[in-house]
Formats: sequence, structure tokens, C-alpha cells
Amino acid sequence: MLNHGGHPRRIASTGQGRGSWLAGLLVFLAFAGAPLLGLAQDAAGQAGGVAYRDLPAVGSRNIVWVIAQLHLLLAGFVLGVPIFAWICEIVGWKTGEKRYDKLAKEFTKLLTSSYATTALFGGILLFMLIGFYPKLMSYLADIFFPSFVVYCILFLLETATLYLYWYGWDAMQEGGKKKLHLILGFFLNVFAFFIMIVPNSWATFQASPVVLAEGSDMARAWAATWNPTWWPVNIHRLIANVVLGGYICGAYAGIRYLSAKTAEEREHYDWMGYVGNFIGVFGLLPLPFAGYWLMREIYQYNQQMGITLMGGFLSWLFILQAMLIGVLFLGSNYYFWMGITHRIPGSEAKYRKPIMSMLVILLLCLGVWMTPHSLVASLEEARKMGGTHHPLLGVFGVMSAKMTVANLMILVTFMSFIMYWRAGKEETAGWAKVAKAIMSGVLGVAAIVVIVLGVWGYFVPAIIRINYFSVAQVLIVLFVMLTITPLTALLLRSAKTTTEMVWGKMPPRAGYALVLNAVMVILLMTLMGYARSSSRVHWHIYGVMRDSSQYAFSPALGYAAAFMSLCTFLFCMLVAFIFWVATMGDKAKAGESGGKGKLPGAMPAMAGGSQQLDEK
Amino acid sequence: MKGGSLFKPAILIVGVYLFLKFALPLFTAPLPASLIFLYLALTTTGIVIFATLSGQSTEAFFGPITRFLSGEGLAGGMKTARLLVLVLFPLLVGWQTYSSTAPSEQPPAENRTVHPAPPGEFVGLSNPIPNTPDNVMAGKGLYAAFCSPCHGGNFDGKGMAAKGFNPPPANFSDPTTIAMLQESYLFWRIKKGGVGLSIEGMPWKSAMPRWEVELKDEQIWKIIMGEYDGAHQKPRTWE
Repeated sequence: MLNHGGHPRRIASTGQGRGSWLAGLLVFLAFAGAPLLGLAQDAAGQAGGVAYRDLPAVGSRNIVWVIAQLHLLLAGFVLGVPIFAWICEIVGWKTGEKRYDKLAKEFTKLLTSSYATTALFGGILLFMLIGFYPKLMSYLADIFFPSFVVYCILFLLETATLYLYWYGWDAMQEGGKKKLHLILGFFLNVFAFFIMIVPNSWATFQASPVVLAEGSDMARAWAATWNPTWWPVNIHRLIANVVLGGYICGAYAGIRYLSAKTAEEREHYDWMGYVGNFIGVFGLLPLPFAGYWLMREIYQYNQQMGITLMGGFLSWLFILQAMLIGVLFLGSNYYFWMGITHRIPGSEAKYRKPIMSMLVILLLCLGVWMTPHSLVASLEEARKMGGTHHPLLGVFGVMSAKMTVANLMILVTFMSFIMYWRAGKEETAGWAKVAKAIMSGVLGVAAIVVIVLGVWGYFVPAIIRINYFSVAQVLIVLFVMLTITPLTALLLRSAKTTTEMVWGKMPPRAGYALVLNAVMVILLMTLMGYARSSSRVHWHIYGVMRDSSQYAFSPALGYAAAFMSLCTFLFCMLVAFIFWVATMGDKAKAGESGGKGKLPGAMPAMAGGSQQLDEK
Repeated sequence: MKGGSLFKPAILIVGVYLFLKFALPLFTAPLPASLIFLYLALTTTGIVIFATLSGQSTEAFFGPITRFLSGEGLAGGMKTARLLVLVLFPLLVGWQTYSSTAPSEQPPAENRTVHPAPPGEFVGLSNPIPNTPDNVMAGKGLYAAFCSPCHGGNFDGKGMAAKGFNPPPANFSDPTTIAMLQESYLFWRIKKGGVGLSIEGMPWKSAMPRWEVELKDEQIWKIIMGEYDGAHQKPRTWE
């Protein structure tokens, strides 16, 4: 610490003496304080009824945009990770495989170190909102105060449970204590779920407010909470959090894999990367269904908002969304396929053709998904096409086509996983041929029915397509998953392993693919954050409280894209920093065991970076 | 992709380009450059993914490219080819950058919003006219008088005046137009016309007249019924 204390002095001495250092500090404070002066001045000028405050040069909306997005991303990670950490722990407990318990602990380590930062950003966001939008916040507090109290209680419970869950990990390993630990994990997830859905009610009320009758505070808060988009957003976010958490853990594993020094480390982080990717894909498969339900509810709630999103000026975001989801699907499948060719020696020739077929289907589907209804065309091109709507490919631009290809991509990705699962094994059961024929039949018929419904969807009223055809497509895909997964599990129970899976042999590009997936899902969430917020256009609370600030306009798409990129960059930097701090303990331990110098015993360790915990 | 051959990928990319650029327009309208670029980018992505699945295939794909660019073991004509590529490629990138940013007489490609959101007062309206054969027939009559010169007697956007407009009048028989919309949306568009488009609909490239000047609301609702019936479409509803 003494050494660290001397650091600023050395920096100061490299300047032009103490006087210049102080001058520099004053200049810095002047710059840093200028916005606050502006803020105070703004507030003083309108004492008594301040509706808005602003930060000169930066803009209050921009600040809130970035802080809110970072808070949401961190919260998504913090609420998503406990779900699969707990499931991993259960798997480890049930199967007796210690590696699952170790993995669950490693996931929780990332969680504990991110938790405080999430809360910190939540606090900053709250102060910013109260400062910049006092009138709006007063209105929301008037309606939602009872749920504010519930939220605080939930937060206390979540924090206590998390600390017990993490710090009690090693102490609660055996017998009844392990069961108690699992119960703690269960409650951790229950509280996390409620911590997510309570603030969701505030945000969804802004987008889809309901008429509030007179009544008690509790009754009004409850009525406002139960607004039309609350549950669709809850479900969509719950799944998206799992996807975000899975891919970020995958990226963490990918980076650790790339920097691994020993074969043991490479094996562990290769496996962790696989699990992270699997969790991401597991969440990604139902995510489009949840998104579709949400959009349906928005459209039904308000035609204007639905059209703004899907046909109006925000509709271009959904082309970007298609591209990002497409990259996620491609990246996840690529990782599965590389797993087959690298982890199962000698399997490349066998699986090359099926992989090519899957890749071609994915690319064709993605081509359809990314084709806009109204094309970007020069004047000359538009003349030749007879408008910006292409007479043939324009049909790809509507939901019937998009839903069909999304379902097909989900089917292909699911089959990629099944192929990976079966690779290197030979079924020995007598009924294996029949089972495989049934699986092929189910898959083939399902794909055909999905396509037929998609094409038929153009020739029926929209409500038939939305309420019946699209739902039928989803149910068919779910049926395929629910049929093929147990059948495969049964088949593999008696299967003979022909080639052992070898971990730690993946090429570096596998690690980069995991990082790419994480970046894509973060970008995707920043994109959808902008879409959800902008769909309210010039309303703080849609149709109830108008935005009368100087920022009552929708930012241009290019401007918004820059902010999405900024948020993605900042979040990646934050996560990298948090993980770096969290893994300091590992590095110290590795240094000690390698005999390369010891760290002081009193070295501070963040939650998750405890040496003692890691040593056990 | 054996033996380091780049022949198949090159043929595939050129083949896809030729198909999109020249073969497809034989059957339908030409594709804009943005869409051709998108499909070629997907093709290239697919090639790279497939080529890098294993160490062997990666070497087979990138090996020749790396050796060519590094000049390792090259002789004769290949040396000259490498030099040409190293000189011409940056020039090509420069030219592309210049031509995409240089001032041009052509207006920039537009990303037109086809369905801007309607104003709040038009949201949630339902057709007050009973859907009876008489009213539908009356709507078709009004359509024939006021709409068909542009939108066509067959509701296909091919009226006798259609060729004079860019963008052309909407084709109602296309299942991706009025079938996607609620009746209230059509009511807004007919009543307020091109000049009544919301700000997000800019540039207001619509020659649709503002029919509220000529027609009563009741007549507009009847036209909407006639349009849907004549085009064999149903409006979007929630029941």
C-alpha cells in the first residue's frame, strides 16, 4: 500500500512541480464541475416547479441512456447467471461430478463480483433520473411507491441470500448442508426473478399505461403493474438474461482458454466455453417466440406503437436485429461444428456433408430474414423495380416469412446440438434404427409443415396467421425438441463410445467465436433497448405524460447506433475489469503454487476472488 | 476444398453474383445493389465458416492466400500477379471510397418508411358501416370512380395513370400491403393523403390525394370495404 501511495507523488513530480499539478487539478475540477454548475443554474432558474434539468454539452438524455443501458446489461447478467449456476450445482450434486460444482462456483464468482457494480449503476441511474426528470419521477413514485418498498425488501433478501450462497459454498458441501445450499440457490433465483419483474412494471407502464381507478395506494400500484406488456417483457427479459449470461460466461471462458498456460486449464476452459455456448443457445432457441409474443401484445395494445416499431421509422432496427441474431446463430453453430471436428478426432469427414447442409439452410434463412420489405435503392434502381418494394423478394419482408425462417433456424441449431451430442458414439440398442427413423421423420415433417404454414400465411387474414399459424409453427418446433431430446437421451444411455471427446484441442478461433457471440448479444440488447424506449416516441408515459423537454425527438438511427456501440464498448470494458479483479485470486494462487513469489497474506480480495475459497 | 483449391469458392461467389445480377432479372425486376451486396456477404461468410471448420480445411483455404500474399515460393508470372494485386487492391479500395463519397448528381439511396405510424386520432377506429353486400358494392363503385385510375380496376396497382407515379400506387392484391393493416390505417391514408403523412414518413413521396376534400367519412369507409373485398384480402383485426 505504501508503494501505491507514492504513485501519485511520482506522477506529480514528473510534471512541472507541485504548482502545475495543483493547477492541473483545478482545471480538471473546473471541467468536471461545469455541468454541475449548469445543472444547479437550471434548477435555480425554475425553482418551485422543475420538470427537467440538463447537463450542458453532454445532454441529460444521453447520460441517462448510457447509464440505464449499462445498468440493464449488468442486471441482465447478474439475474441470468444464478439460474444456470444453480442448475449446474444441481447437476453436480445429482451426478456426483465435481466439475459441475466447480463450474457452478466459478459462475457464481463472476456473479458476486458483478453484483456490487450493478447496484452501483442502479443507484447512479436513480440519482440521474430524480435529478434530470423530477416531474416524471414524482409521478411514477406517486403510483408505484408501494412497489418501491417491495423492491427494497427484495434487494435486501437477494443480497443476504447471495452472500450466504457464495460464502457458504465450501462450508455447505456435504449431506444436509448441501441441500440447504441448493435451497439458498433456489431462493436466490426467486428473489432475482422478482427483482427483475418489479422494475419491469415501472418501465412497461411507461410504454403501455392503463387507466388507474381511484383506490388505495396498493390497488393503484397493482393496477399499474398489471399492464398489457408487463408479462411479455418479463418472460422476454428472463430468457434474454439467460442468453446474455451464458454467452458472457462463454466469452470469459474463451478468453481464459486463449490465455491458458497449462493443459489442465485449457481443458477446463474449453469445457466451460462449451457449457456457456450451450446455455446461450438453450436460451436463444425460445427467445424469438418470446419476442414475437411481446410484439404482438404491443401491436394489440396500440396500433400506432406497433407500426412505429414494425413498419415505421424503427422498422430498420429489425433488419439490424436480424443480422445480429443471424450472427449469433451462425456463431453458436460454428462453435458446435468446430467442437465436432476438433474434440472428436477423425469425425470431420463423417460430418462434413451434414454441416454443409445445415450451413446452407442457415444462410438461406438468414438471407430471407434480413431482406427488408422496402429495399434501400437508388432512384434508378427503384424505377426499375417499380418502387422500393421488389415484386418477388418483397414477400420476404413480412412476418410470415420471418417467422418461418426463424423457426427453421431454431430447428437447424437444435439439430446441430443433437449431432454434437451423438458424435463419437454408436447406438447399440435394438430399436436404434426405428428411433432414428422416427426422429428423421419428425424433423422432416416438422420442417415441411413450418414452411407450408409460412406460405399459407400469406393467403389468410392476418389474425389467423398471428393467432393460429404462428403459434402452430412454434408448437411444432417445440414438439420436435420435446420428442427428439428424450429419444436421443434414451438412445445414448446404452450407446458405445467409439471416440473419446478430447477437451482443450480447440483452435484459437473457437475462443474468438465465443467472444464474438457475447459482443453480438450485448449489441442486440442495446439495439432493443433503444427500440423499446423509442417506441414511446415523444411520450414519457405513452399517451399520458408528454415529453416537453428539448429532447422530445427520436434520435436518428445513425446517432442511436453510435450510442449502442458506445454502450457495448463500455459494458465490455466494465465486465473485463470486473472479471480481471475477480480472477486476481486465481492468478495469485497459480503464482504461489508455481513457487514464483508469494503475495502478502493480507492482500484484499473482492467477493469471488478469495484465495481461501478457491483453494478449497 | 481439397489441395488448397480456391476454385470452388471463387466459382460460387461469381455464380451467385451472376445469378442475382443477370439471371434473376430475366424473370422479375432487377435487384438493387444493396440486396446483391447482402446476399454476397452471406455467401462469403458461409464459405469462410465452412473453410475454417478444421485445421486441414483452414490450411487448404488460407494457405494459398497467405503464400501468395507473402510471396513465399512464388516464381515467374505469379510474382508479377502478386505485385499487381498489392498495387491494385489499395487503389481499388481508394477508388471505392472516393466514388462513394464524391459529390454526385444522383440522389442518395433512400430507406423509405412505407408504413409510417398513424396519428393518435386515427388509432383504434373501427369501420362504422355495416359490412353488407350493398355497402360493399357501393364501396366498389366509389373505388371505381375515385381510386381505380391509379390503383387499377383489378386492385393490382396498375391503373391507367399508374405509370406516371414514382413510387407506383399500392397493389392491394399483394398480401403484403393492405392485408397487414387495420382498416383505421387505410382510413387515415385515404382521408389525409400524401400531404397528411406523419413526419416520420418523410420524404413525403406519395401522390395520394387528400380525399377528405371530396369524400365524406362514410364514403371512405365504404371504399375500404370495397377495396378489401375486391382485392380478396381481409383487414388486420384482433378478434
